[in-house]
Amino acid sequence: MFLIYCPYCGEEREESEFHAKGQAHLARPADPDNSSDEEWGHYLFFRENPRGIHHELWVHAAGCRKFFNVTRHTVSYEILETYPIGEQPRVTANQMEKPA
Amino acid sequence: MSDAAIFDQQAVADKVTGQSPLHHLSSSHKTEGVVLEEVPSLGYLTLRGDANDEAFRAGVHKALGLELPVQPMTLLQSDTVSIQWLSPDEWMIVCPGARCFEFESALHEQLSGHYAVVNVSGGYTMLTLSGDRALDVLYQSTAYDVHPRHFGTGKAVATTLAKATVFLRRPDDGKWELIVRRSFADYCWRWLVGVC
Repeated sequence: MFLIYCPYCGEEREESEFHAKGQAHLARPADPDNSSDEEWGHYLFFRENPRGIHHELWVHAAGCRKFFNVTRHTVSYEILETYPIGEQPRVTANQMEKPA
Repeated sequence: MSDAAIFDQQAVADKVTGQSPLHHLSSSHKTEGVVLEEVPSLGYLTLRGDANDEAFRAGVHKALGLELPVQPMTLLQSDTVSIQWLSPDEWMIVCPGARCFEFESALHEQLSGHYAVVNVSGGYTMLTLSGDRALDVLYQSTAYDVHPRHFGTGKAVATTLAKATVFLRRPDDGKWELIVRRSFADYCWRWLVGVC
């Protein structure tokens, strides 16, 4: 069993109830009508592919159907935290570089 | 009071015959220790709104005679109606099919502002499992931990049954309710009969 903590349901749920939806914290250009093609293109198509800490958007598809954020380590696949939409991660790449 | 246009979607006996999505199968299956049954033609309403809004909660209470469950994965029920927590802003209301329009109208009467009530009766059907070995059937069918110490009476979760989605509810000690999509009803029924 691979369990993921859903911040809305408040408990660990089976991984098969969830779907990954790509990178989290993508800010839509504030003024789309006047944004350049480059700016818009970056927003739509360009994604981080880090080795290490990655913040991702997941959805509890078979449960509460809410989107939430996951901080995951792309090497070990370990999920370090999950947090609701609108909140900032507590675990970040900068933090992890510091010796514990 | 909202100006939403609603109408009674319940099939009227002498005009249209309502048919269960499992009409082609037997409506109950009994083996040693397990009884699997279908409860057809119930009314299902999806309710959405802001649980922090006191007027919203009061409106639901007035319309249905039940408190709105705000704790995750809880099920509140009276003799006629049950409200299941689905997500922080979504609930499933189950009632007898013949009274569905009455409750739907009452909700529109009592609620105002940013909310939604949708009659989804055509989309679901309910299966029930009871008997000493009902738990064993669920252990074989869902990844969710249904052990009584984790899944007490009055709990309700949305999870998976085999490969379909299900609203799994435990209204009382001896009975489990499984609300499945009508299009998956045949698959779920045959799966459960196989497990039984």
